[in-house]
Amino acid sequence: MARPSNAPLRSDSYSRESMRSHSKLRAYTIPYLSIMLGSIIPTLVFASAMPFIPPMGFLMLLTWRIMRPGLLPLWIGVPLGAFDDLFSGQPFGSAIFLWSLAMIIIEFIEARFPWRGFWQDWFTANIGAVIYIVMAMFASGALPNLHQFTASVPQLLLSVLLYPIIARMVALLDRLRLKRFKDVS
Amino acid sequence: MAPSSSRRSGHSRRAQYSLFTGYMVAIIGSLIGLALLAVSIWQPQWASGLRGGASDVTEPVGQTTAVARNESKSFVESIQGYLSAGSQNAKLKKEVELARIKIAEGDAVKQENGRLRALLELRQLDEEPVTTARLIGSSATSSRRYAYLSAGSRDGVTAGMPVRSSRGVVGRILEAGRSTSRVLLLTDSQSILPVRRAQDEVVALAQGRGDGLLNIRLLNLGLNPLKVGDMFVTSGTGGYYRPGVAVGIVSKITDEGALARVVADPAAADFVSVGEIWIPEAVVASETPSDEPLNDAGAQESNEEADPAQRSE
Repeated sequence: MARPSNAPLRSDSYSRESMRSHSKLRAYTIPYLSIMLGSIIPTLVFASAMPFIPPMGFLMLLTWRIMRPGLLPLWIGVPLGAFDDLFSGQPFGSAIFLWSLAMIIIEFIEARFPWRGFWQDWFTANIGAVIYIVMAMFASGALPNLHQFTASVPQLLLSVLLYPIIARMVALLDRLRLKRFKDVS
Repeated sequence: MAPSSSRRSGHSRRAQYSLFTGYMVAIIGSLIGLALLAVSIWQPQWASGLRGGASDVTEPVGQTTAVARNESKSFVESIQGYLSAGSQNAKLKKEVELARIKIAEGDAVKQENGRLRALLELRQLDEEPVTTARLIGSSATSSRRYAYLSAGSRDGVTAGMPVRSSRGVVGRILEAGRSTSRVLLLTDSQSILPVRRAQDEVVALAQGRGDGLLNIRLLNLGLNPLKVGDMFVTSGTGGYYRPGVAVGIVSKITDEGALARVVADPAAADFVSVGEIWIPEAVVASETPSDEPLNDAGAQESNEEADPAQRSE
């Protein structure tokens, strides 16, 4: 767990924190920018005949939400979902709806199960990702057929296996977000 | 990690209100999203301006990754080439010899073709493409199959134009932004393309399945004449694609036709060309409801002209 921001300054041979301070800009923008980047990146990777890149934007949102409860406001699914819709190829509105729904449902679940560990987090993220991919298929504007479900199995598996890596990435970004840098002024 | 205490409202009126407002905004937002989703499914084109603008902005990045993708692919291919150079060289020499003979024969046929065409006063089949561009990305996460193209209305691209690579049909322009456009790939489940077998007049519809294969449905019911390995080409029906461009190769026979692999895999396509709509009048005619008269009498004629498969029956 990260130290509270009002903890006394540390100064030993490993870290010096005097004359160093947080950056508000970083603290408030990194989560949103990383989620938006997650929305754009899959469209650039390649032109495939099958969908098999996991929905990176949604996975980033889930991971930030699970690892840092209270950081993202409850309604953040609306603007970030709208951004995702511009790139994902889904009909406009599908991510707005599904992302907001995910945020509300996680909020409800979290109120019931406040104490969680890494494995429960992974489990929650998996269920969230699998339900999201299937619901996105229904929201895609085409009636889904059996072949589409078969075709999305690699994507589902990748999404499930990717969580630990994304969790590490988010942890790294979170440390960068709250890191103290030298502030001369 | 347990939720931090600031997110429990307790007895503070202010905290209760702000929590309540958060929930309300989220719920109303999701309902707006649902409404937008319904509108988008009903009227798919309404957000095209927004999307076009967004993909225009990311175009330079897409160009870069497209170049990197192709470079890395050719790097791997050149290493593979070294490993099988000797035997391949001998085989290729033999093939080149055969191909030279075929070309000579082909030239003769072409000449004869030109003469007969002149007799019939048909217009030239080969048309200059509107533009050539790279595929800079795709909807890799969604179950719909779209690709993004690095040419837009600035280059003369408009919705409906056919997109093909050097191998065959890739898809059709769905909406054009300023410098990018969105392509509906053949493998999308909403893409239907009239095709015919390359060597004869067996006509069928090729519909995407959403998993990278095409479903070939024969129009004439009866004994299924298809065999594995049959090549299907566009028939020109409908007016969008010019006839005779490769579409798919049959890989499995089914009850109502066959399953086919796409010839022009978008993942392997480097540059693609955008062509004019083959017969625009036919497209207009096919989009006019049957109980409304066509404005232009000529349009009806060209619609029938664009239908060589039906005419031959």
